Amino acid sequence: MNRITARLAEAKQQGRKALVTYIVCGDPIPEATLTTMHAMVEAGVDIIELGVPFSDPMAEGPVIALGHERALANKTSLKSTMAVVKAFRETNNGTPVVLMGYANPVERMGYEAFAVQASDAGVDGLLTVDLPPEEAAPLNVELKKAGIENIFLLAPTTSNERAESIAKLASGFLYYVSLKGVTGAGHLDVASVEAKLSDLRKITDLPICVGFGIKDASTAKAIGQYADGAVVGSLLVDRMGAMADQSPEAIAGAVVELIAPIRQGLDELAS
Amino acid sequence: MSDIEKKAAVDYSQFPDAQGHFGPYGGRFVSETLMPALDELEKMYTRLKNDPEFQKEFDYDLAHYVGRPSPLYHAERWSRELGGAQIYLKREDLNHTGAHKVNNTIGQALLAKYSGKSRIIAETGAGQHGVASATVAARLGLKCEVYMGAEDVQRQSLNVYRMKLLGATVHPVESGSRTLKDAMNEAMRDWVTNVDDTFYIIGTVAGPHPYPQLVRDFQCVIGREAREQCLKQAGKLPDALVACVGGGSNAIGLFHPFLEDEGVKIYGVEAGGYGVETGKHAAPLNDGIPGVLHGNRTYLMEDEDGQIIETHSVSAGLDYPGVGPEHAWLKDIGRAEYVAINDDEAMAAFRTLTQVEGIMPALESSHALAYAEKLAKTMDKDQIIVVNLSGRGDKDILTVAAIDGIEV
Ligand SMILES: Cc1ncc(COP(=O)(O)O)c(C=O)c1O
Repeated sequence: MNRITARLAEAKQQGRKALVTYIVCGDPIPEATLTTMHAMVEAGVDIIELGVPFSDPMAEGPVIALGHERALANKTSLKSTMAVVKAFRETNNGTPVVLMGYANPVERMGYEAFAVQASDAGVDGLLTVDLPPEEAAPLNVELKKAGIENIFLLAPTTSNERAESIAKLASGFLYYVSLKGVTGAGHLDVASVEAKLSDLRKITDLPICVGFGIKDASTAKAIGQYADGAVVGSLLVDRMGAMADQSPEAIAGAVVELIAPIRQGLDELAS
Repeated sequence: MSDIEKKAAVDYSQFPDAQGHFGPYGGRFVSETLMPALDELEKMYTRLKNDPEFQKEFDYDLAHYVGRPSPLYHAERWSRELGGAQIYLKREDLNHTGAHKVNNTIGQALLAKYSGKSRIIAETGAGQHGVASATVAARLGLKCEVYMGAEDVQRQSLNVYRMKLLGATVHPVESGSRTLKDAMNEAMRDWVTNVDDTFYIIGTVAGPHPYPQLVRDFQCVIGREAREQCLKQAGKLPDALVACVGGGSNAIGLFHPFLEDEGVKIYGVEAGGYGVETGKHAAPLNDGIPGVLHGNRTYLMEDEDGQIIETHSVSAGLDYPGVGPEHAWLKDIGRAEYVAINDDEAMAAFRTLTQVEGIMPALESSHALAYAEKLAKTMDKDQIIVVNLSGRGDKDILTVAAIDGIEV
């Protein structure tokens, strides 16, 4: 079984909510990424979303967009990101890693080459922000062959009918974007998430993780009441961005400090 | 064969297909939040496109507000000096607001009106599209916000002030290369946040489907008029068409109504910057490869990791790493040829047209003029080239003065 499916099934069985964290590979210094990934696992993170930097990150708010700029200045690429995952797998074989980014770096590498190399590196899933299901069929074929899950986004604007057809193509989990906006936006509306998720539950049995706008334990907890997992990103990237002159250990330590209360908040929901 | 009997292997009217594809190009590569908005726009446009009331309103505005039809002017003196083909200029510079951009903003503003949205946003490079958007917004009483790269805000300061006078808010964009592509990223971010009440007026034939199609349709008035005018004034179709290509809207507007006229050669002129061989240019069809950016698949300027690279052109309106997907397809199937003109060649053509014909062209359009000059010399005196004079040069005077070392 793919690590994503296994981990989410395990969390469900244990009655706990999954914590999903997003950092940008190579940000703020290349050496920080691997150290931070391991530290996040120690701190109780279930799934790591590793951002692949892109020159034109259209869906990101200012915080994560700056993370992409820093990572690119550090010469991070799709290839070097996969190398980090490979290094991570040397000592961790259980924590799922999802690459999150934009279509063009994958296009440039070629769908087949990407799928083969990602699978070899130990990548479990791919979330391509600007590759909706309508355009994803050719990539899906290659991902399927390589055993990599294609994670699709659902949004507040997605109709139930459309959600149903997306859910049919998706695997691993569905990523529900909690608000109309970019990453890091501040206008999370919990009631609307609740309503939407209850619609989605009628459509699909896939686990649903919710992201965009989760910035602390209380928002994570509010979302965790309805979702299978909560995704935290901008909060971490913001802190990391201010630590470019510090050691990988210090950066990882700061991330753990931010994560701990969120983990605790989610665990308070445990049934 | 009369000009009405056309014979063509490809039925160009069938593109884009239902998914918005031109062969392998185009499509809809955006985040999920925007997909329903694009579906809605496509449905609305498909309906209005064939609605005589909508077309009547559009035509009325083009005639009475923009001042169409724009003349097709035979540049006799310049043609004589060059000693080759006769050059005719399609005078989009005489449109209200000074460029072809307004044809499209009139059309999209009508769509905005029909959609009931109260706010419009736009990205702009040279500022011409921003000015045209601010203009139609003022007229319709809509709120207008324009995203413009901080670098372009500097080099097109006159247009920035024009937009402000028209009541628009201009947001300088500091991210990335601080030019048109970054302005488009920022406009997309705004749209995804305010999708309920906001209509995004894209300024060229790029972006996700249906934008490349609807912008083309609105700009095709250029080519329809030019075709009719050429037949009337010269008694025959032109032998060649020349237009500059930034995103490609003025070019496709001229080209599209001629695509099935097989005898008409078609040349798109990209910005060669310091020279295509230097890598410092904005000529993806000459020196790029296919990829995905800003909602569509097309030729792009990118590095081996798939990162979009910085472009260079003396003209802000051509300084873009991508190009409309229909051009990518026309290149691949060989219906159009895409060439490049360097900064200094464009500057020379700017001066020539100003001095020989008393017409001051935009630096974007000067790229087309510079290529037409080369081409004319290889052709006979009884042949005809139609050049799209996409805009007037007033906005570029400070740039030209700076190159001349003069403070205005
Ligand atoms: C006068 C003029 N011509 C051409 C362009 C390039 O755009 P397009 O290639 O879409 O016609 C611009 C863009 O700002 C412009 O202002």
